[in-house]
Formats: sequence, structure tokens, C-alpha cells
Amino acid sequence: MSSSLAATKRSTNVLGRLIATPTFGPLIVLIVFCAVFSLATKTFFATGNLSLVVQQSVIVGTLAIGQTMIILTAGIDLANGGIAVLGTILAGRLVVEQQNPVLSLLFALLICTSFGLTAGLLVSRLMLPPFIVTLGLLGIVTAITRLVAQGGAFPVTDDLLSWTGNAFAVGDTSITYGMIVMFVLYVLVWYLLTQTAWGRHVYAIGNNREAARLVGIPVQARLLSVYTFAGLLYGIGAWLALGRIPNADPNALQSANLDSITAVVIGGTSLFGGRGSLWGTLIGTLIVAVLRNGLTLTGIDPLWQDLVTGILVISAVALDQFSRKKQR
Amino acid sequence: MTTDVSTKVTLPPKGTVVLEARGVTKRYGHVTALDHADLDLKAGEVLAVVGDNGAGKSTLIKVLCGAVVPDEGEVLLDGKPVHFRSPLDARKLGIETVYQDLAVAPALDIATNLFLGRELRHQGPLGTWFRLLDKNRMRREAQHEMDELKFHLPAIDSAVEKLSGGQRQGVAVARAAIFARRLVIMDEPTAALGVRESGQVLNLIRTIRDRGLPVILISHDMPHVFEVADRIQIMRLGRRAAVTTPQKHTMSQVVAIMTGAARGDEPVEANGG
Repeated sequence: MSSSLAATKRSTNVLGRLIATPTFGPLIVLIVFCAVFSLATKTFFATGNLSLVVQQSVIVGTLAIGQTMIILTAGIDLANGGIAVLGTILAGRLVVEQQNPVLSLLFALLICTSFGLTAGLLVSRLMLPPFIVTLGLLGIVTAITRLVAQGGAFPVTDDLLSWTGNAFAVGDTSITYGMIVMFVLYVLVWYLLTQTAWGRHVYAIGNNREAARLVGIPVQARLLSVYTFAGLLYGIGAWLALGRIPNADPNALQSANLDSITAVVIGGTSLFGGRGSLWGTLIGTLIVAVLRNGLTLTGIDPLWQDLVTGILVISAVALDQFSRKKQR
Repeated sequence: MTTDVSTKVTLPPKGTVVLEARGVTKRYGHVTALDHADLDLKAGEVLAVVGDNGAGKSTLIKVLCGAVVPDEGEVLLDGKPVHFRSPLDARKLGIETVYQDLAVAPALDIATNLFLGRELRHQGPLGTWFRLLDKNRMRREAQHEMDELKFHLPAIDSAVEKLSGGQRQGVAVARAAIFARRLVIMDEPTAALGVRESGQVLNLIRTIRDRGLPVILISHDMPHVFEVADRIQIMRLGRRAAVTTPQKHTMSQVVAIMTGAARGDEPVEANGG
């Protein structure tokens, strides 16, 4: 079969290729949900509400970027919510104690990054399962958070820490700086994952770690960089959380970690690693946010939100499993 | 089209020794896997290495591709001693290895797999500052190399998991052929494949040899060995028991030497190979 024949075969089947695009399914789900809630309520499609949906998704959306990178390497992160909460408490307490806000924020980012680094060292050097490493880290981070918080919460009055919650208006739509930070991070990590050799290596490691090693990819260094970078993103997630709710509370963000996994999985990234896309994760994040927001607006009991999200996650994983079986 | 990936060094004339192993010994505790084993690979040939399980062929190959450091003996490339600490050292000197278990990333496309670990970046600031991959150039060069190797595949940007087993192994073999400067080592490349698929890979081995790269082929499969090998090295008890050709000995004679039923150093009368 010649290459030109293959090329024509490719171009004639635009629809087929569109459907084969991994983000196509999640996008349809998002559109259907938006349509349903627009019809069911008068308030959902209002610009103010749509802006709120995105504001509500910036924290999980940012944690989910790190989660996507880690899941692409066939790992998982159960500590990202915990690390972000620690970041908020550290920055919040330091500023309350009259420390320099810039240094406080940088310190929080550094600590979050170093927890990512720790996870990366344990996963890449000691070859421990990411599930166990991050589960253990979650316990450690949660304990440290309680020690630092000493039973209290820290109201954020500093302009720098709450800057991500500041908004400006474009037409009727209110846009926060947090949204822009999240979007820039998505573009940056999309670029790294799809346009650089580093990204190819991340996919290859998740696909076939042994093959990646045999072709000369420095697997340990790549894994270490993924977990460390994810840690930095969780620190930025902490900053976004302080902007969203200007109160550093050790009991906040309880569902953020599972929501980040949910977003990745609904977005079409395989839990087995090596396949998926970052834009899918953004769509997955928005699906979860739309669902929670829409169900609240329709006046349905909040417990149904978790139930529907749970069904979505299981369906997404089942679909992934099924499509993999079909390919074998 | 000239490509900077396939710029080969001038290959030595046919028949000169490219790679040599002299008295290579490797012990694992009380087990002597290699006992003063030798090997000579000449330019322009396919040298098959055969032997029973435990005869030392795998260990010998691991020494040659840098995966195992021998206790004694030396390896010479173009007559100069070389010391491989890892497969990366061997690769830097132009020795590429193909492994039996299809070493590809299934969800990634053919071009990406061919350039995996050796990606091409854009020239200029886009490449050096922004590390931007030159995907078009990689696709173009991948297509060019596959055409050169006369190995037919679906579109170069289709995922490797959509290919047959033979085509997947073809991708792994092509990757070695593209980047090897001195020689290619293949460890049981047809072990996981069916009859027709093995044929595709054997063709590829011949094409690589005809392009000038010598090949060391480790195989259990006697018909495959007799189909492509120019010379056959028979391993027994950690040593080179004999070197022959498909013309001099029959399959059953080779098996007899392998198992110790016949001695390799006595010329056995050939009756068609």
C-alpha cells in the first residue's frame, strides 16, 4: 500500500477521524449536559452562571493537569488535594503572621513542589507503586497540614494571595485572573506533552515502559520531572484556591483529589497510561462542574451530584476498558 | 532526499571483520554462562548464532550489545578494543539491538516510534529555545526510510497497535536499521511471529545486509537461520563449537553439533543444505 493511497484514505474520512479524536466523546457529553440544563432551568445559560461554573472548576482543573501527566505515565496521584491544602495553610499562616506575602507564596509553592519531588523519587528510584506512594504521602501531608494549622483557619486579606480571585469584565462575562492562570497552564502543558520530545517520552513510558527504556529514554529522570512539575502545579492550585475562597481552611478541598481523577478519566485519558489528551481533561473538569452546578440549579438534592458523577466515572473507565479489548 | 539520520559512515569492504569477541567469559556464581567464547562478524554478512538453551548465545549477545559486562576477554570494534558499560555505550558506537518482545509503544504512531528517544527538533530558535519537535520532518524521513527498506506499512501516522505483529516488529527492526552505523543485533526477532509475518522480517534482514550493514541474528528457528544466514556460529557449553554455512552443513548436522552428537571441528560431509 503506497503512502499516497494511505493519505487519500485519510483525507476522505474527515467525520471518521473526528469521531476517532479522543476528546470528541467528552465534548459531546459536555454539550448534551449544557443543553439539558439550559432547557431545564432558566438560570443555567446566563453569562453570570457560566462564569461561575468556570470559576468553580479552576482548582480541580489545575490539579487535574498534574493528574493527567501522572496518569499518562501509568501512575496515579491520591495526594494532590492534600498537597494543595497544605499550600494554602502554609501561605495563609505565614501571611497572617506578618511575613512577606511574596516569600510566603514562594515558600508554599516550594513545599508543594518538594512533595511532588518526593513522590517522584519514590516512584522512579525505588520503583514503588504510585498508588501506595501517594496514599502514604496523603497521610503525611494531611498530618503536617493539621500541625501547621493547629486547629484554626487563616483568613486571607493579602492582595497577592487573593489576586487569582480578582475579576475583570469582558462584555457581561466576569473573568477572574485564576481562569487565565489555569488556561495558560493548560496551553503550556499541552505544548510540552504534544510538541516536545519530553511529552513523547511521557506517553511512551505509560505505553510500554520497558520499550521506552530500551530505546534509550531516561525513564527515571522523566518520571521524576513529571511528579515534581505536578507538585508545582498543585502549589499553583493552592494559590487559585486562596483566590476562590479567601480563607485557608485545613478542611477545604475534600473532594478535589477524586474530582481531579474523575476529570481525567471522563476526559478520555486511560488509567492504564500512555493514551489520552490534556484538552480532554479540561472538558472532563467542565463536565463535573456543569453537572454539579446544573443539578444545584434544578433544585435536586446535592447527594445526587455524587451519584451521577460516580456513574460517569465508571462508564468512562468501562468504555476505555472495552475499547482496549476491541483493539486486541 | 538527504537525511541526517541515515548518514552512514563509509562501511568497510566486504569480508573485513567488523566486530570481534575474544575469549569472553561470564560467570554467574557457580554457573559459567560463557567460557572463553569467540565471535567474528564480517562486513556485509548475516551471522546467525544458534545454540541450545544455556549454550551461552544470549549472554554472548548481551555482552556485544552492552547489557552485560564480561568477567574476562575483550570485544573489538573495527580492531579496536571497546568497553561497553551499558547498551547506550554500544549504541553510541553504532550498534543497534532489536529485542524479541516487540519493543514499541503501541498507542504512538509509526513515525514517533521510529524516532522515539531520538526525536528531531526544529532547526533554529523554535527547536533550541522552545524544544519544538519537527513532526513533518520525522514523518517524511520515516516514510523515506521505510521506502528504502522496501517495507510496506499503512500511513506513517497510524498507531502501531493497528499493525500486525510482523509489521510491528518491522518498525522495531527499521528503527535499528535507520540508526545503526556499524551493525545490527537481532535477538529472536521472529519468535513472537507467525509464518507469513516472519517472512516479512526475514526480508527486512536481507535488505539491511544488502544495504551494507552486517547483522547478528540469534534464533532458535533453524529454517529461518538457513533462509537468511551467510554464516552460522554454533554455541555449545558457553563456547563457539563451530562456524559453518548453510551450504556446508544441513539443518540436522547443525543440530547434531549443537547437542554434542557431532563435533563441529571435523568437517562433516555436506549433502545439500
